[in-house]
Amino acid sequence: MTGAALAAAPAMSDGARWDADPILSVEHLTMRFGGLVAVDDLSFNVGRGDITALIGPNGAGKTTVFNCVTGFYKPTEGRIVMRHGAGLQQETVNELTDSGLRWRASDDHAVFLLERMPDFEIAHKAKVARTFQNIRLFGGMTVLENLLVAQHNELMVASGFTFGGILGLPGYRQAQGEAIDRAVYWLERTNLIDRADDPAGDLPYGAQRRLEIARAMCTGPHLLCLDEPAAGLNPRESTELNQLLQFIRETGTSVLLIEHDMGVVMEISDHIVVLDYGVKISDGSAEFVRTDARVIAAYLGVDDEAEIDVPEIKADVKEVVEHAKPVKARKPRKAASKATSASSSRAGSTARKSPSSGKKASKASTQTVAKEAGTHPGKQPAGSAKPGAGGADNLTRIGGIGPANEKKLNAVGIWHFSQIASWKKAEVEWIGSYLSFPGRIEREDWVKQAKALAAGKETAFSRRVDSGKVPSSRASTRKGGKA
Amino acid sequence: MAVAQRTGLGAAIEPNAYAASLKDAAMAAFLVAVLGFFFLPLRTDIAPGGLAITYRWPIWVAAILIVFGGRLLLNLFVFKARKPITRTIGEQMSGSSLRVPGLGRALGMALFVFAAILPFFITAVFPAQQRQFIDLAILIMTYIMLGWGLNIVVGLAGLLDLGYVAFYAVGAYSFALLAEYFGLGFWMALPLAGILAAFWGVILGFPVLRLRGDYLAIVTLAFGEIIRIVLLNWYEFTNGPDGISGIPKPTLFGLEFTRGDDGFAAFFGLEYSTIHRFIFLYYIIFVLAIITNFVTIRLRKLPVGRAWEALREDEIACRSLGINTTNTKLTAFAIGAMFGGFAGSFFATRQGFISPESFTFLESAIILAIVVLGGLGSQVGVVIASVVMIGGIELLRNIGFLSQIFGPDFDPVQYRMLIFGLAMVAIMVWKPRGLITTRNPSAVLKERKKIGADMVSQGEGH
Amino acid sequence: MEYFVQQLINGLTLGSIYGLIAIGYTMVYGIIGMINFAHGDIFMIGSFIALTTFLILTTVFGFAFLPVVLLIVIIIAMLFTSAWGWTVERLAYRPLRGSFRLAPLITAIGMSIVLQNFVQVTQGARVKPLPPQIQGGITLMEGSPETGSFVVQLSYMQIIIIGLTLVLMAGFTLLIAKTPLGRAQRACEQDRKMAALLGVNVDRTISLTFVMGAALASVAGLMFLLLYGVIDFYIGFLAGVKAFTAAVLGGIGSLPGAMLGGLLIGLIEVFWSGYFSVEYKDVAAFSILAIVLIFLPSGLLGQPEVEKV
Repeated sequence: MTGAALAAAPAMSDGARWDADPILSVEHLTMRFGGLVAVDDLSFNVGRGDITALIGPNGAGKTTVFNCVTGFYKPTEGRIVMRHGAGLQQETVNELTDSGLRWRASDDHAVFLLERMPDFEIAHKAKVARTFQNIRLFGGMTVLENLLVAQHNELMVASGFTFGGILGLPGYRQAQGEAIDRAVYWLERTNLIDRADDPAGDLPYGAQRRLEIARAMCTGPHLLCLDEPAAGLNPRESTELNQLLQFIRETGTSVLLIEHDMGVVMEISDHIVVLDYGVKISDGSAEFVRTDARVIAAYLGVDDEAEIDVPEIKADVKEVVEHAKPVKARKPRKAASKATSASSSRAGSTARKSPSSGKKASKASTQTVAKEAGTHPGKQPAGSAKPGAGGADNLTRIGGIGPANEKKLNAVGIWHFSQIASWKKAEVEWIGSYLSFPGRIEREDWVKQAKALAAGKETAFSRRVDSGKVPSSRASTRKGGKA
Repeated sequence: MAVAQRTGLGAAIEPNAYAASLKDAAMAAFLVAVLGFFFLPLRTDIAPGGLAITYRWPIWVAAILIVFGGRLLLNLFVFKARKPITRTIGEQMSGSSLRVPGLGRALGMALFVFAAILPFFITAVFPAQQRQFIDLAILIMTYIMLGWGLNIVVGLAGLLDLGYVAFYAVGAYSFALLAEYFGLGFWMALPLAGILAAFWGVILGFPVLRLRGDYLAIVTLAFGEIIRIVLLNWYEFTNGPDGISGIPKPTLFGLEFTRGDDGFAAFFGLEYSTIHRFIFLYYIIFVLAIITNFVTIRLRKLPVGRAWEALREDEIACRSLGINTTNTKLTAFAIGAMFGGFAGSFFATRQGFISPESFTFLESAIILAIVVLGGLGSQVGVVIASVVMIGGIELLRNIGFLSQIFGPDFDPVQYRMLIFGLAMVAIMVWKPRGLITTRNPSAVLKERKKIGADMVSQGEGH
Repeated sequence: MEYFVQQLINGLTLGSIYGLIAIGYTMVYGIIGMINFAHGDIFMIGSFIALTTFLILTTVFGFAFLPVVLLIVIIIAMLFTSAWGWTVERLAYRPLRGSFRLAPLITAIGMSIVLQNFVQVTQGARVKPLPPQIQGGITLMEGSPETGSFVVQLSYMQIIIIGLTLVLMAGFTLLIAKTPLGRAQRACEQDRKMAALLGVNVDRTISLTFVMGAALASVAGLMFLLLYGVIDFYIGFLAGVKAFTAAVLGGIGSLPGAMLGGLLIGLIEVFWSGYFSVEYKDVAAFSILAIVLIFLPSGLLGQPEVEKV
């Protein structure tokens, strides 16, 4: 229900155009692999004529969503609606859902229920084309042949389903000529025209990426799905890619892309959907998403997401951290663990200045809390102005709490595992909202982890922290995590 | 160390290579002694009162010595030599030929013309052995056709089919049974046999085509065996191991190749000769093979052919482009099977007698070997491989001088398959991608460029 | 009921032989991902070596005490057949390692043709009959007169075959699970390149895999000889195809799967012959294979393959 609740939140999408005229609607999509929930009740819309970006940390379930949309996976639950022609066509969608049919088409409108269609039919009928994260070209065929294979279905009809073609009927020759023209058009657009007769496997990496896009475009798609198109490109190629995508949008094809390169995403996207652990945490324009606290938290709280490329998010982190600034820096006992990368050690170093003493500090933090307390649902957990006698616990030993969040928890007076261990449902809800982490505390079971740690035991995650494999707010310590 | 020492042997060899070569040759000889011990000097034979062992120590010693000497020479001149003589030969060969653009096409045309006049060439040049040579030409042409048919499945679509002989059998038995039960002639039965084989291709293909690589291979092998076992045991219908005889001979627009007044010879005012019928059979299989080739070349330039090759390269990408991969695989299977069926009914009419023994796994293996040795997907490669493998093996039958060396008991025929197998291994080790390794693009914008074999993938789950 | 039990015993006996051959297929497939088509013929070679050794021991040296004779036969057959397995790998497969994938398949088929014809040329095409060496057995059940007085017998031969298979399987499982060689082998199965980087001698490991497979196949060859009493140069093909079928059925790459598949194929064959028709027993085995693969594409105990998009 989290996804739906979020979608309903007014701040996110007040009458955005992608909700008014979506080409693709993903509704309550859930994908489970055995016990693993890769995508959990996800809903979002892709606006007609928009460039929509799907972003999120590694393992957030982006590619799974793609594979569901393009039919390579059958979703466990949910509905995926593809629309040709303007408007929601809600009536047709509802009728179709009840009917058990896969699609319905009238003159200039059509509705497809993608979750019912096999992959090749989605490409052929619903006109959804895609590229792959690890490029999948026909390496032993020439660039031109790759583009002709993409026009298979039209050419198949023109060749009279092979029979006419074998007999050498003239219709096919003409159709092939047109297909080559279309291929040439896209080859020119992608700067590949000089390599048309070379095997695709011979092209350099960037050109292969462009060829894959050209090939997808040759199928004449209404929606183009790109799985990390900028991965491995140099800055110049990246810029060219932006121009290409904008050109594709101008031709009337909507674009849905997964991307890690925030430069690309922020620059060209009309609409961004952010996933974390298979759940949508933000949805809106680039402007909205970049200032969304949840996005910042997601990108920071996750221990294995070492690099953050977005300057805006970095700035936001700074702000969050500075909220609790009036503290005196304290020297860490040991040097930071080796494994920390540039950005996390940065976050770590700020977090390491954990508040230790001083009236001023506690006053400042309680003030902060008081100001915000009312805005969060649930009950604010009891906190103390300063840590107990033994010093604060290293809360980052709990899987899911990163340095930034430890900072924020300290700010509301949470210093010890025992405090977290005593949280009830209401407190969890409050903290979840406070950290912009709805649902995550339960999922990662912070309370249980905290209970174990408070009792002096170890968890699988804390062991990783202690051995220095995960960036932490303290140098690795074995005993209880007291800093 | 880097200074090469010229030696009297004519090949530059590392200073201590003699010792190494000797040691290596000794190892090889020892291995042969071990491997051969239970087979060369000792032979179990049925004797009164059970099995008895006969001893043939000279053969064992001879084998060991031959391997020792052969390995030593190979070491000195090829393996351990600075400049192996094979490389010199290879340079000379590749330097002079095979680099000329358009050679493949020219070679194809030359082969075509040669094949078209072959029977007359044979009758003119070898009048004494014309029947035998034309028979051999027919056999080779049959394998060429089978190779081309299988090339569609394995070479283009990349589906590993180890049971291709099943469709050959279906074609042969279709014709034989249609003739026996309905009295159909060759020309009437030929298309039906092809259609039936294609139909079986679809029936067998449908459930198994979603299997990958080796699983597909083993299931097709199993299907091939199933069909053979059924033919062998369904006595009432197929006459079981006794086979079907009296299969009608083909006619030329109703003209039979008989001695009578209404025969072919009498109609054209020629003197009757049995060779006419062989020449006629040759042209039937020649035309059938050329049709196979023509259709395959056409198909490659059609969307379905391109889809086959794309399927071989990357099935998932194909699906993302809207290609129904199941149907595409089925068409490859069915069209390949159809040509197998045509070849099968030709086989039946040529032999006049068929039995399940002609359709063993060995046949499938030989056809597959021809396709792979020729170079996957290459039409000319299939021709070369068929001529080399089938022609070469059949020629062994006729080598009389070997029995002068090895004595009158020596029968080269029984070594035929042994040499065939060794040749298969040797050629494959020498040229793992087959003889013709480049791929011709099916569509060209400006300039036709050949695609090297290292680019082209081999299909199904590799 | 009695008939059923008897067929069950017979099926398990035959299945043991298939299982032992299947292990060779499954190990080679696991480690280099190719169908070693010549493996069935290695089995045939093994049975010929066993036959000749047996004859030499009994007729030339005049040994009469059967257990000792059999023990020596097993050891010699294992040693010499292993040499064949090693040579086949060295000649036909190693030069093609890492090359085009169909090439080793063709050389394997070529090797199979070579081995068959080598034995045919050197030993003759006629079958070699060996009179039954181990006679007698234990009567397990005796049916009542109204059911036809069917006697269920577990012959000593069957006890030896099943017992020997169990011992070999146990030893072999230990070998794979506990020894450095087994570890190297499993490492190569997972990732050959990485194993090489970590200092595993990949070539040697693969060679040893062939050697072990050949050794087991030679024992199967001896069992086949004792059970049926007749061998010829062609037995390798059908036994090989069925053993490979067994390996695929059990899930190729899995050792328990190979044994399970072997037993299943043996049981299917025997029961089909017993209750339906002898002629179509192979059709039954192959059809089961096709059906299992269609519904369970990775075999009974194989690791399911996830399609990576």
